[in-house]
Amino acid sequence: MQKRLANWGNYPAITSEESAYSQEEQLRSFVVANHGFIARGNGRCYGDASLGKHSLSMLKYDNILSFDTVAGVLETQAGVTLDQILDIIVPKGWFLPVTPGTKFITVGGAVASDVHGKNHHVDGAFSGHIIDMDVITGDGTTITCSPSRHTDLYWATCGGMGLTGVITRVKFGLKKIETAYIKQKQIKARNLEEVVRLFEEYKHYTYSMAWIDCLQKGDAFGRSILIVGEHATKEDLNAKQGQAPLQQPAKPRLTVPFNLPSFILNTFTVKAFNWLYYGKNFKKEINNVVPYEPFFYPLDAILHWNRGYGKAGFIQYQFVLPLEQKEGLIAILRRISDKGWGSFLAVLKVFGRQESLISFPMEGYTLALDFPVRKGLFAFLDELDDIVLQYGGRLYLSKDARMKQDVFWKSYPHADRFAEIVQTYNPGKRFESLQSERLSLTK
Amino acid sequence: MPTILLLGAGSDMAIAIARRFAAAQYDIQLAGRQVAALQPLQQDLRIRYGITATVHHFDATAYDTHVAFYGELPVKPDITLCAFGYLGDQEKAQQDWQEAARILQANFTGAVSILNVVANDYETRKAGMIIGISSVAGERGRQSNYIYGSAKAGFTAYLSGLRNRLFRSGVHVMSVQPGFVNTQMTQHLNLPPLLTAQPELVAGAVFKAVRSRKNVLYVKWPWKYIMLIIKLIPEFIFKKLKL
Repeated sequence: MQKRLANWGNYPAITSEESAYSQEEQLRSFVVANHGFIARGNGRCYGDASLGKHSLSMLKYDNILSFDTVAGVLETQAGVTLDQILDIIVPKGWFLPVTPGTKFITVGGAVASDVHGKNHHVDGAFSGHIIDMDVITGDGTTITCSPSRHTDLYWATCGGMGLTGVITRVKFGLKKIETAYIKQKQIKARNLEEVVRLFEEYKHYTYSMAWIDCLQKGDAFGRSILIVGEHATKEDLNAKQGQAPLQQPAKPRLTVPFNLPSFILNTFTVKAFNWLYYGKNFKKEINNVVPYEPFFYPLDAILHWNRGYGKAGFIQYQFVLPLEQKEGLIAILRRISDKGWGSFLAVLKVFGRQESLISFPMEGYTLALDFPVRKGLFAFLDELDDIVLQYGGRLYLSKDARMKQDVFWKSYPHADRFAEIVQTYNPGKRFESLQSERLSLTK
Repeated sequence: MPTILLLGAGSDMAIAIARRFAAAQYDIQLAGRQVAALQPLQQDLRIRYGITATVHHFDATAYDTHVAFYGELPVKPDITLCAFGYLGDQEKAQQDWQEAARILQANFTGAVSILNVVANDYETRKAGMIIGISSVAGERGRQSNYIYGSAKAGFTAYLSGLRNRLFRSGVHVMSVQPGFVNTQMTQHLNLPPLLTAQPELVAGAVFKAVRSRKNVLYVKWPWKYIMLIIKLIPEFIFKKLKL
């Protein structure tokens, strides 16, 4: 069916012929019979990675295949979303090993983007928890790969943006929890210097990230709130929470019904931040126990918050710089704050070390913020790309919709090897996206 | 716990219905031609909803197997839902009897064959419910799909007769006229969004209609009136239309 498709940034938006199947044999027939298409999940990557003139929606391929509640191992088809998984595993005392800031992504998408979460410095990215997975490759065969089987396919599929084939089944390990709650600590940092120091001080915490105020200058440059957390134990809960420790209290959901003028979201976030920063609590530190949803998925509570950026859409710019390049971080933040085009808030996080072929994370600082699409934005982002390159960093393919080819090839150290493996399993561009064309990832 | 038998369980509509009833703690019997293809769904229903789900081989056009199929079910279902069907290719079916026969059998004779068996059992037991997924295409023959439409017309008439017969035995029969549904069967068509239901919407409507024992269910309300208008057009005009 012809469909208007865009990912979460609403940029770019295209018309695509979309197909969907619920059985493996149907998927295989589709793969063999078609060319130049890309598999897509729930459309929560931001840019053009899962967009193509032809697309294969995996949302109907969504069965849960096995759940070992003793060992904590889950096996699902690729189209199952993390929110469905949480509904099943949390009541049994298990949690996702790694989760990004939204639970509305599919398992296939989690692998293809090799997603990271607030616990990257402790638990690594999603790929570190995969036991094995199936991929339908270019010739229509299903190959089971893992860190010890068909390792080339495995490493090129984790973070490979769907270019090695259609991910159909993933088996991965879960994290044991006692409760559905998080014991969180929010700490105010006066400036960038302080928040960087706090990250170091609190690095033993499983989860950590910071909201940075991008508009402050002078002494308050980079003022932020560091949020760290641990899964709460039963002893951490109050009496009411303790009655059903593995259930979170039900909450109504809000939705943004249509595209709003783009200033609205910034106004919202400014207020939320100011409330946190100056609000009733002037204390340096706030400690509390909250359900896992507001901790991991604060923006999921407002469905379609992306519409807050208006019809033209937005670019979420996320880069990572090596740990020793703090000056780079300062340089980029200054450029952003001088320009004043970005969102008021940015997310800062320190990644741990990660061995990978094409995944985004590397040990260092990662910063993400939104830029509403406007005239001159792409030229400005090209300038930021140059600084990122200069300091040895790179951009996240799942967020990217506009990076120039050479930026990608210069910044991903194993890009050549990745392209070689893609060529082996995907000769003749059977799997192809707007992004793979733009960055010349397939031959 | 009540049990529902889904005949033709591989279709998108049947999958959605299976999940809806499983969520309400029904046990699910999945029946279809490709048993292996139904096993992932079986696992899924067990894990998500903690219910008993079983898979059974069933071929709608293997008429002489139907008595044995029904006899061998481990539990006699409280509800039998007939979801199999085949849209086929109208132009091909005009030329090729194999295609025409396949459409008629998959949408009509196969359903009559298996539901006769189920109906007789339910009548004796004075309990049970039969649901048939028919189609608005069966309400008036149109040149673009009258072979499929005539098979569905036959099925709709069968269901209405069956409802009449089984009423006195306390067995309820429901006909579902879904209208356009966004499924694999229709994904190559560009359907009008306002008149097209998602399979989950159909499933929710069927579930609700079971509770209220509805006779004829139109999933999206405009269809009831669209079909009323289509049926009211005089034949001397209708035959000139390109529908």
